[in-house]
Amino acid sequence: MNEKDVMLLEDTFKKFYFEHFDLLHVPESPKLREFGFQKFNGGMNRHITLKSDKELHLLLMQNKPSDVYCSNACYRFPNLPMTEKDWLNADLIFDIDAKDLRKTHSVNNSVIKCSDCNQISSLSDSCHNCESTKLAVITLTCSDCIKSTKDEVKKLNQILTDDLGINPQSIEIFFSGNEGFHIYVPKSEYQEIGSKERAEISDYIMFRGAIPETFGFKKFNSNKSSLPKFEDDGWNGKLAKQLYGTKSNRSKSIQKIISGGYSLFQKRLEQFRDTIGIKIDPNVTNDIHRIFRLPGSINSKSGLTKIFVENLEKFDPYVDACFIDDEETNVKANCPIKFSLKNKKFGPYKNEIVSLPKFAAIYMICKGIASTT
Amino acid sequence: MVNLGSDEIIKYPFLDEAGKYLSDKGFSLEDFALNSDLKKIVENAFERITISLDGHIYKSDLTSNTASTTTETFSFLIAVILLKLAGMNTLTRRFSLAEARRAEKFLEKDLKNQHDDKSRKISLEILQELFSVTIQKEDEYFTIPIVDYLKHSINFHEREWKLINRKITNGKVQLTSHETVRLVRKELDRYIFSKINSSSSPEMIQGFEPYVTKLKLLAKKFEVKTVESTEYPPCIKHAIEVLEKGENLSHSGRFLLATFLLNKGQTVEQIAPLFKNAPDYNAKVTFYQLNQLSGTSGTVQYKCPSCEKVKSQNLCFPIPECDPIINPIQFGRKRV
Repeated sequence: MNEKDVMLLEDTFKKFYFEHFDLLHVPESPKLREFGFQKFNGGMNRHITLKSDKELHLLLMQNKPSDVYCSNACYRFPNLPMTEKDWLNADLIFDIDAKDLRKTHSVNNSVIKCSDCNQISSLSDSCHNCESTKLAVITLTCSDCIKSTKDEVKKLNQILTDDLGINPQSIEIFFSGNEGFHIYVPKSEYQEIGSKERAEISDYIMFRGAIPETFGFKKFNSNKSSLPKFEDDGWNGKLAKQLYGTKSNRSKSIQKIISGGYSLFQKRLEQFRDTIGIKIDPNVTNDIHRIFRLPGSINSKSGLTKIFVENLEKFDPYVDACFIDDEETNVKANCPIKFSLKNKKFGPYKNEIVSLPKFAAIYMICKGIASTT
Repeated sequence: MVNLGSDEIIKYPFLDEAGKYLSDKGFSLEDFALNSDLKKIVENAFERITISLDGHIYKSDLTSNTASTTTETFSFLIAVILLKLAGMNTLTRRFSLAEARRAEKFLEKDLKNQHDDKSRKISLEILQELFSVTIQKEDEYFTIPIVDYLKHSINFHEREWKLINRKITNGKVQLTSHETVRLVRKELDRYIFSKINSSSSPEMIQGFEPYVTKLKLLAKKFEVKTVESTEYPPCIKHAIEVLEKGENLSHSGRFLLATFLLNKGQTVEQIAPLFKNAPDYNAKVTFYQLNQLSGTSGTVQYKCPSCEKVKSQNLCFPIPECDPIINPIQFGRKRV
């Protein structure tokens, strides 16, 4: 990113932080947490301790970071190197991101940026300018993507409460600041479990590693199999809906499954992973030493804010998480498709200098499709 | 401490309560060598060990009279003394495993017993006290909090123990009595082993020597020799092939390759050239990272990831020879 862009982003982010200290708080037990931040065009600064909101605000003002993080874990000595921190416990966290839900990119909300010549074009298999196939896909605002991530969050919530026995009041949902949601479960009975145990929880949520016996399929005496019913708890009930469609179809479907044999049923279970498994990022959940984006901070991938979601149904990230002002800002924009932010439509722009509200200009710079020069 | 009846003392002689029963009897170890009635118990204890060495489980007399309680419980204690005098770890390991399996059978039977609430209550208390597992009876099942379940099941490799393959509702896992007890088998073994290990070693007792000598001889047959082939497992071969072709090997693939070779005793200098073909090769960074992994510039030497982890990273390409291993480092290792 060029220096002028960095200066604009730093000033804008700093202004946001100054005006929205109310959104930025250290989490519970701050002295036991590890904090970290990144600067634009800079590396990661980790192993920082902060005692209070005031210290956090000071760090934001002094360092003008691009991104701010805080550990979900508590340590006895959070500022020491990883091997000496003395891990105590960690909040259970989940990341649901639109990128993990997409099967293909849509021409309506995705553009490509060539890694060889930097040309930005509408979605295609090769660069429109130099025909290179080394491309990065940039996704812009997409309400369908947000809707599917919301649906995934609801499914996750149901599993967390019904199956894992987590009190619904303890589940906190945050918009990630880009195109997903972060779900926190602080202070639960799962607080002290390690990475391997969390991996088991991830596999459960993602429906990974299921075997036919779990659903009553008898390998050596398949005629005596007792397959799931609609009213069963947990995955059994959910799988029943997928397997039979309707209650009346159950016995016919069961016969078909049994005659198909064990291996075929195993294969179907693996396929169901894509349809009924929740698309969380297991690396996030399993990592007990992660520093996770701090609620209230701006995500430099978009300029949007990671913010607490009170009403998931009504929440619109492209309005509710966009806090940057609308001061007119000139940028050279290169965006072959339209996008919508704060209920306003922008684009398409053909590598042209345009005057935009600052929130849209910042969004485009963060996405790498506009520049101040 | 669990309040045991004489039946339970026979079933679970490794519990503190059983030890108390013995100390109340007031015998000294010398009595066992001199008194002809007590000598029988030493023979019994020796038999208890040899049965375990054959992989069998010692059968107990559960007639609940004072004589059988004394014989049964003392035979365990004297077996422990004989093992301590023999000082062969392999014998203790086999004995504690057999005793764990024996206790497991009783625990399962007591949990299942519909007509004996007292026995069931005691078995639940034992599980709670020794392994901090809170088990509740719900209809025909036992339920255990997911967190407790995971602590124990995490070391099982069979797929049936994965959380996804369990019925769970409202934070609890449903188990049969067999599964409940199976869940703590390893810990039960470890508990008995550590109890034996931490007990003090007595001086040799007259009359015990012939048994101890026999045990030392028996231990020799359990000495294991292994041979190791120099062939790499398929996951490592794949990682090397990718690098040789000049293709990009993922970060986890590089980590796997480097930690595998380091754990096999290769040096950083021997490993570094393998990465020369990587599209983003940088000698300085490669050496820095290898030194970190080897522990020369960090504080720990990183271990080679488990097969399970490698599988989850899509870096596993198993062949039949991979079946018995749980870490790539074990590939090609055979007992002779």
